[in-house]
Amino acid sequence: MIDAVGNPQSLLVLGGTSEIARAVVRRYTGARTPRVVLAARPSGRRDEAVAELAAAGVPVTAVDFDARDVGSHAAVLDKAFADGGIDVALVAFGVLGDAERAWQDHEAALELAGVNYTGAVSVGVGLAERLREQGHGVIVALSSVAGERVRRSNFVYGSTKAGMDAFYQGLGEALRPHGVTVTVVRPGFVRTRMTAGLRPAPLSSTADQVAEVVVNAVRDRRELVWAPASLRVVMSALRHLPRAVFRRLPA
Amino acid sequence: MLARLSGWGRTAPTVARLVSPRDFEGVADIVKKSRERGVIARGLGRSYGDPAQNAGGVVLDMTSFDRIRRVDADEGLVDVEAGVSLDALMRALLPLGLWPPVLPGTRQVTVGGAIAADVHGKGHHVAGSFGDHVRSLDLLTADGSVRTLTPDGEGSALFWATVGGMGLTGVVLRATLRVVPVETSYFVVDTERVADLDELLERQSADDDRYAESVSWFDATATGPRLGRGVLTRANHARLDELPKKLRHAPLAFDAPRLFTVPDRLPSGLLNRVTGRAFSELWYRKSPTRSGRVQNITQFLHPLDVIGEWNRGYGPRGFLQYQFAVPFAAVDVVREVVGRISASGHVSALNVLKRFGPGNRAPLSFPMPGWTLCVDLPVRPGLGRLCDELDDLVLGAGGRHYLAKESRTTAEAVRRGYPRFEEWRAVRASVDPDGVFVSDMSRRLNL
Repeated sequence: MIDAVGNPQSLLVLGGTSEIARAVVRRYTGARTPRVVLAARPSGRRDEAVAELAAAGVPVTAVDFDARDVGSHAAVLDKAFADGGIDVALVAFGVLGDAERAWQDHEAALELAGVNYTGAVSVGVGLAERLREQGHGVIVALSSVAGERVRRSNFVYGSTKAGMDAFYQGLGEALRPHGVTVTVVRPGFVRTRMTAGLRPAPLSSTADQVAEVVVNAVRDRRELVWAPASLRVVMSALRHLPRAVFRRLPA
Repeated sequence: MLARLSGWGRTAPTVARLVSPRDFEGVADIVKKSRERGVIARGLGRSYGDPAQNAGGVVLDMTSFDRIRRVDADEGLVDVEAGVSLDALMRALLPLGLWPPVLPGTRQVTVGGAIAADVHGKGHHVAGSFGDHVRSLDLLTADGSVRTLTPDGEGSALFWATVGGMGLTGVVLRATLRVVPVETSYFVVDTERVADLDELLERQSADDDRYAESVSWFDATATGPRLGRGVLTRANHARLDELPKKLRHAPLAFDAPRLFTVPDRLPSGLLNRVTGRAFSELWYRKSPTRSGRVQNITQFLHPLDVIGEWNRGYGPRGFLQYQFAVPFAAVDVVREVVGRISASGHVSALNVLKRFGPGNRAPLSFPMPGWTLCVDLPVRPGLGRLCDELDDLVLGAGGRHYLAKESRTTAEAVRRGYPRFEEWRAVRASVDPDGVFVSDMSRRLNL
């Protein structure tokens, strides 16, 4: 159960090796030690994440999870819920891809759409079913400001996030009467492995800063947050810029 | 009907199927048909945290079982259904010159809830807690059967596991309570304004035995030498000859005005350092030292009942009550806790300090001989960390948390604070081996 000050007793991370996800888990496992389920592809990075938590005394389970393999998702979630309910489920997987290749290469485009959108929808439906039965819980969906107003420079990625963002917002409305909160988080540019080599955009943040936003949003039962919060104002202005002006903005 | 339920602190709401059975057979039926997510009884929802909610399961609304079945003035006994509120009970008893010996800080609790939390009042040092005055109770257990339990008869272990057992041994359907005679519904109150915490602790320790009711409020926003300045309030029931003339024509009157109800649209953060200090200053100033003042029930016992839904004042994020007890020898922990709260930047306006008398035989009953302190804290970033630190102090001193108000501690803290926890757990397991009775609190604290 989530307590009065927002401490969960159990966490599920789908995309358990993402840097933001790891930072969120670290924040939740500071003073308390909730049970953690890390769902990710088997890899050295997953082993490292598991070892880090185990060393800190956190009860941790690893579950094999491939976002592309939507047929396996029900079984993945069954495993993740096998030891009891999940209080906070973090949907943290995603790929950025090569922006120029993505709109010209059929396979690259479908890879982005399959992981970021189809995969996210697939686990969203499964999580919704299980949390609805529980009568409580929070789904945190890591979206992106890139989906809020899609830019020429990475529009395939942006479009997948736009779809994923819309799906989880709608899911939040559908689940609200069942005691389940869906929190959509829209980070701006986050300096992580995924963005290594790219030039940081203004108002960039770190995985730790995004994690703080996530934890506070869960505590306050917020449904839509930006990281950093100031992006909300910036994005609401950008969203309304005419296309002719918007396309002239520096990438 | 699906209902979103939370405790009085309005934190951590969850959704359950809320059912209102019409008769006791209906209750038994629901319990027998319970599924994986289980059942818990709920009264008026005045517990601060999550003991009367059950995410994904069934919550039994017991408030329609509100009949007072029999009052025996000669024996001083009343037989009531579990959903009767203490407010209703007092209204029925006072015209007969009778009084429930234990009243908590609000009358808006049910008899079933008062038993499940073994509530206490300002008179604990003299009267004990609610369970001490229960002569018998009817408990519906997981197998659907109803057992009549008494403090000393057969099944007394289950009786005492039910007192303070947070509804997890079964559903209390009925109870017979001891009541005491009173001449009036008024109190003769002595108020002392005290300059700092040390003096408050000292004054409150002196001659408490002369008073049936004793409590103090302290200022948790003051710092430095004024840290813990407060107002000590002690009283006895007024005898008829102590009432002023104008009150003597109706000595048993029950005047319970409701001045206003707080709207449901206030933002979080209304109670902040500025308003908290202002409130505390005002409360301190308005309570000069004076003795022998006659006050009515609401003025003395339940000042907050005057305001409907006052919990809304804390806004949508809600608030928690941090209440603990420590042995008298650990009085330094009381000082340390007050100091840390005052220094933390978290603001608490409703702060209560009281001395407990001896505890009772219930393994999970909260009161123990010592000090008990209670603060109201709005949920803000960092509050969890502060409370975790306070837990260390309290548990380290052999203290414990009050489950009726608890909303954020750990399973381990409950086991440390209640050394007889496993004894309680064994009794519970003997009547509910499959865990039919479940609440969010029992899931959270692994009760």
